[in-house]
Amino acid sequence: MSAVNTSSPAYRTAAAPEAAKPPKPAKPFLDTRIGRALTAIFSVTLGIAIWEVLSWRFPPLFLPSPQLTLQAVGELWADGTLLQSIGASLARIMAGWGLGLVVGIPLGIVMGYFSFVRRLLDPYVEFFRFIPPIAFVTLAVIWLGAGEASKVALIFYTTVFIVMINTIAGVLSVSELRLRAAAALGANPLQILLTVIVPSTVPYMVTGARIAMGNSFLTIVSAEIVAAQIGIGAMIWTSRNYGKTEWVFVGIITLGLLGYTCDRVVRFVVKRVLRRYAVAV
Amino acid sequence: MNQPANQPADRSTATCSGAEIRLEHVSITLGSNQIVSGINLDVAAGDFVCLLGPSGCGKSTLLNLVAGFLPATSGRVSVGGRPVGGPSVDRGVVFQSTEALFPWLTVQENVEYGLRMRGVSRAERARSAQRYLELVGLSQAAGRFPSELSGGMRQRAQIARVLVNEPSVVLMDEPFGALDAQTREVMQTEVDRIWRATRPTILFITHDIWEAILLGNKIITMTAGPSARFKSVVPVDLPHPRDPTAPEAVKLYRDLREDIAAEVRRTLQVQGLVKDDTVPGVAA
Repeated sequence: MSAVNTSSPAYRTAAAPEAAKPPKPAKPFLDTRIGRALTAIFSVTLGIAIWEVLSWRFPPLFLPSPQLTLQAVGELWADGTLLQSIGASLARIMAGWGLGLVVGIPLGIVMGYFSFVRRLLDPYVEFFRFIPPIAFVTLAVIWLGAGEASKVALIFYTTVFIVMINTIAGVLSVSELRLRAAAALGANPLQILLTVIVPSTVPYMVTGARIAMGNSFLTIVSAEIVAAQIGIGAMIWTSRNYGKTEWVFVGIITLGLLGYTCDRVVRFVVKRVLRRYAVAV
Repeated sequence: MNQPANQPADRSTATCSGAEIRLEHVSITLGSNQIVSGINLDVAAGDFVCLLGPSGCGKSTLLNLVAGFLPATSGRVSVGGRPVGGPSVDRGVVFQSTEALFPWLTVQENVEYGLRMRGVSRAERARSAQRYLELVGLSQAAGRFPSELSGGMRQRAQIARVLVNEPSVVLMDEPFGALDAQTREVMQTEVDRIWRATRPTILFITHDIWEAILLGNKIITMTAGPSARFKSVVPVDLPHPRDPTAPEAVKLYRDLREDIAAEVRRTLQVQGLVKDDTVPGVAA
């Protein structure tokens, strides 16, 4: 194909390959973009409808209706509580999670690459990964005070082991073939670590980071319930004390939406930035 | 030899003219299995040697040995007069699996990899990569990722990635084994052309007799494992490019085929899979 031909618009229109293709068989409606969106909307609407019907049978203290919950959103938004709570919780999650990645990924790589370091630290990893962060809430407050540090530390704790374990698994599964190829192309061990092992491990790091993000949401609520004035966990706990069940609902729904949004953001960033590392998200 | 005269001084060992490969009394034992025993091999500089043998006879083990991926249990391995102590950029390896390409790098970045590891400047890397991409006919695909290429194109990329370092020895481990018949034929012609243009020493492993006849100027057959040895060394003096229908080629094919068939038969007998001298599909 010569450059002259391809750059000429006449050529393009004349040889439009679409014209020659047989028409694609039509997808079933539910598989189209619109069909899928409608399915999701239907599912959510049905859930809210069931919630509505159930709420007719119970007092609002037991099960507040969707309208009441929506009203509560309005109240909490108007006095700034909702936004402040989201901000506080999100800041703690981002700090602890980010710190967990910054520490967990390099540690995981070093542990995966140097079997001595792995054997050295393995007893601790294997021990602490079974202790849920909630068990450490009290200790965190005693050691780090009731300020931000204790909450961030708990999120860090919940993140770091998952990220480490996934990164180690990634390093251990790098194919021998790639290592040999790099060595035969003149790479020294440090270069192999940085230019072959680390890039090969990226999908595992991302998996670890996403699981850790989910766990961070679990942890933040328990941490804030015990030791925070503001934050979504604190909001849920305070609402219970005031008998405002609808505020509890607002907190729960906020958590769900926030987690979903965070995961979407991570996926979007990964797709954009880490596309070449074949991360399946 | 179409190399420019002004190669960097530190690359003096790796101008694309070959080095000799020498194996002396080499044996390799992995666990309790002796894979090869008492191998002696002399490959002259610039030779194209095809190692031909049934699967499981230790061909790849020998290649891994020369590449420096495996140590010899006993015996000596040297390339260009120096003992092999580990992998080196001076001994390029083209693997059968295209998984050996780095999927997160573009074709050009893959080709530049060896140069980058040695700290060659970006501009010079790009220049060299372009030249070798052109040599293997991949200039148009420089910016694509390996996953976007066909099997044949990926093997071209692997070959360019090795040749750009101007190794004195190129080790090829059934590089076209996974390609379809047509693509394989094209690639064989290409490798023949590239070898004659750049003249590295090539050790080429295959179980395809025709491939060995088309490419090698020496064909070495191996006995069946375990404890495989060399069976025969056959020089091939046919003119390039080779015509597989020439009577000499056909005769060579018959001889080699009988050689290999005898070994396959022996393996099957050792394994107790056949009782008598006949192997279905491998008539004498």
